[in-house]
Amino acid sequence: MSDQITEHRLHFKPAEGFRSRAKAVVDTPFLRQSFRGAMDFLMSKRAAQFPDPEELESLRTLGEQIRQYNLARLPDLLEQLEANLTRNGVRVHWAETPDEANAIILGICQQWNAKLMVKGKSMVSEEIELNHAAEAAGISALESDMGEYIVQLAGEKPSHIIMPAIHKTKEEIARLFAEKVPGVDYTDNVDALIQIGRTVLRQKFMEAEVGLSGVNFAVAETGTLCLVENEGNGRMCTTVPPVHIAITGIEKIVEKLDHVPPLYSLLTRSATGQNISTYFNMISGPRKPGEKDGPEEVHLVLLDNGRSQAYADEQLRKTLQCIRCGACMNHCPVYTRIGGHAYGTTYPGPIGKIVSPHMLGLDATAGLTTASSLCGACGEVCPVKIPIPELLMRLREEAFSAPHPNPAMRGQGAGYSPLVSAIWRGWAFVYRSPAMYRAVSWLTSRFNWLTPSRQGAWTSVREPLKPAAKRLRDRVRERG
Amino acid sequence: MNARDRILAKLRPFSPSTATTAPDVAAWFAAHRPVESPAEKARRFRHFIELAHAEVHAVTADNWLKTLCAVLRARGIEQLLVAEGTPHGEQVLDGLPPQGIECATYDMAIEAWKTEMFTATPASLTAARAAIAETGTLILWPDALEPRLMSLVPPLHIVLLDATKLYNTFYEAMTAEGWKDGLPTNSLLISGPSKTADIQQTLAYGAHGPKELVVLMLNVPEGAQ
Repeated sequence: MSDQITEHRLHFKPAEGFRSRAKAVVDTPFLRQSFRGAMDFLMSKRAAQFPDPEELESLRTLGEQIRQYNLARLPDLLEQLEANLTRNGVRVHWAETPDEANAIILGICQQWNAKLMVKGKSMVSEEIELNHAAEAAGISALESDMGEYIVQLAGEKPSHIIMPAIHKTKEEIARLFAEKVPGVDYTDNVDALIQIGRTVLRQKFMEAEVGLSGVNFAVAETGTLCLVENEGNGRMCTTVPPVHIAITGIEKIVEKLDHVPPLYSLLTRSATGQNISTYFNMISGPRKPGEKDGPEEVHLVLLDNGRSQAYADEQLRKTLQCIRCGACMNHCPVYTRIGGHAYGTTYPGPIGKIVSPHMLGLDATAGLTTASSLCGACGEVCPVKIPIPELLMRLREEAFSAPHPNPAMRGQGAGYSPLVSAIWRGWAFVYRSPAMYRAVSWLTSRFNWLTPSRQGAWTSVREPLKPAAKRLRDRVRERG
Repeated sequence: MNARDRILAKLRPFSPSTATTAPDVAAWFAAHRPVESPAEKARRFRHFIELAHAEVHAVTADNWLKTLCAVLRARGIEQLLVAEGTPHGEQVLDGLPPQGIECATYDMAIEAWKTEMFTATPASLTAARAAIAETGTLILWPDALEPRLMSLVPPLHIVLLDATKLYNTFYEAMTAEGWKDGLPTNSLLISGPSKTADIQQTLAYGAHGPKELVVLMLNVPEGAQ
């Protein structure tokens, strides 16, 4: 069965198809309703967790301070984390690229002759497309988070970082299980569906040689990996198989253990509106002599993949404050209308728009920076106060300005158009001089019949823009 | 240069030399989380863990074995996994078999009995090290006597909690107990039976871990019964 699961060859799509994918969702009323309903639900659950605006504001400020304090010390903390994990018996690996990370993980699997790797929820493993690399190496990679398991069975990718199968109805999942899980009849009872997943996956937890997980917080002073979850699959993956491999971005690090409680509280309350998750799993080492369970080996893979580029710029560094709660997408009017798959990137929504350009380059993501009304909701709800709208403006400038030497970002100027740029320069020139403005507005009102009737995207659903025959200033003058 | 050195070399020049001020976590908790009486903490703990679908029984040192027995009988369970060598485990091993409850112990490494653990272990009893009132959370530090999987694999997990060990917050628990000076290989916060809302945001209990969580609370202060 696990062989069936890793058969699909679906990769993340380049962002160029964004418009057509977004249109396809917008044209499907059912999908729009389901995203709208799900986002309304998550927004109201979050709001109920923060009844006191003062508490929320002060906790967000503390969260921001903690993240900024730790990012400022990042290289030192990475070394401290490595030293303490090593002391605890955890093996630490470093990867600059997704390929390097995959090679490290699959290398460990091969040392153990692993045939099956069970995976707890890890967006970084999605980022490096580990499942495809594992398949190519002849290793089954099985998702064990219920939502991830469902999308993997369907040959899809998660559409939300916290609720991967949010785009699917229980009827679709019922049909999927009846079709793909041997010996299962159609049922759309949610409890029954979850029990089917539980039964299948419990068998796999016993069989797997390797368990893979992400990391929510890595604590430098104690050498501890913290995992947040509700289902228990994260604990299964990190406890039952003989090998546990954790993978994380280099930014998810805090110096002190007491930095964790405020961030953990912000995370669960912002993400799903829970005051706490069912499990908070703190792992500080492999099984010790005398202990009767737990993995014999624990590995941590620290992944860069463009994060150091964001780090090098004081403004862009704020991107790395993220604790991956998903509140920005839950509150985003664009995400709510188009869902997570339209973006084509591992991380969708507002956070995806500001983090993906560092991972994939602006050449692949320039268009995403414009998929925002800049309404500001994402920045307002962000538990660590990432100024997402400000960063989107910055990324637009990076993407659409003329290419220049020593850019702050890979792919700078990818969206640059000499024509559009010339039009805006002309506009700025006209608006700088009152005399020029008067002259040009007089000319455009006289020659308004020259306006083209087709004006690109504007006229696809609207009347063409046409300057009035008389300017406002002329009308005011006539009225005396 | 290897990947490690290259990554650090890319970060190092941009790590700000001017010290950012350390966040004052202690001050935030002092200002936002009032000190509560033992009775208030016990009430709050019970309220939140029951909201998370756990079952709570107030017990005494004299009657907790009876309650444990009743909890198992109510579910038709006649078998319990306990930790030999712990005070509570020894009490159970003495007290429950005469009541017709078969008691198994975790006396071998998991590799020797994985299938039995997963398929023929309906219930377990562990102690909690402490608990957190604010969120209704149990703190467990599994060890050689009471290993990690006891609180994860059996569908029914029963926890013995001494209510005098209730902290107001997670922060208070870790600072009061000095966790930064030494954590075990695995430490856990548990706030209910395992659950998921991954199918159409419909909450379902018994995802991958226990389907039911039962807390036996010793030394419940007066006014919180």
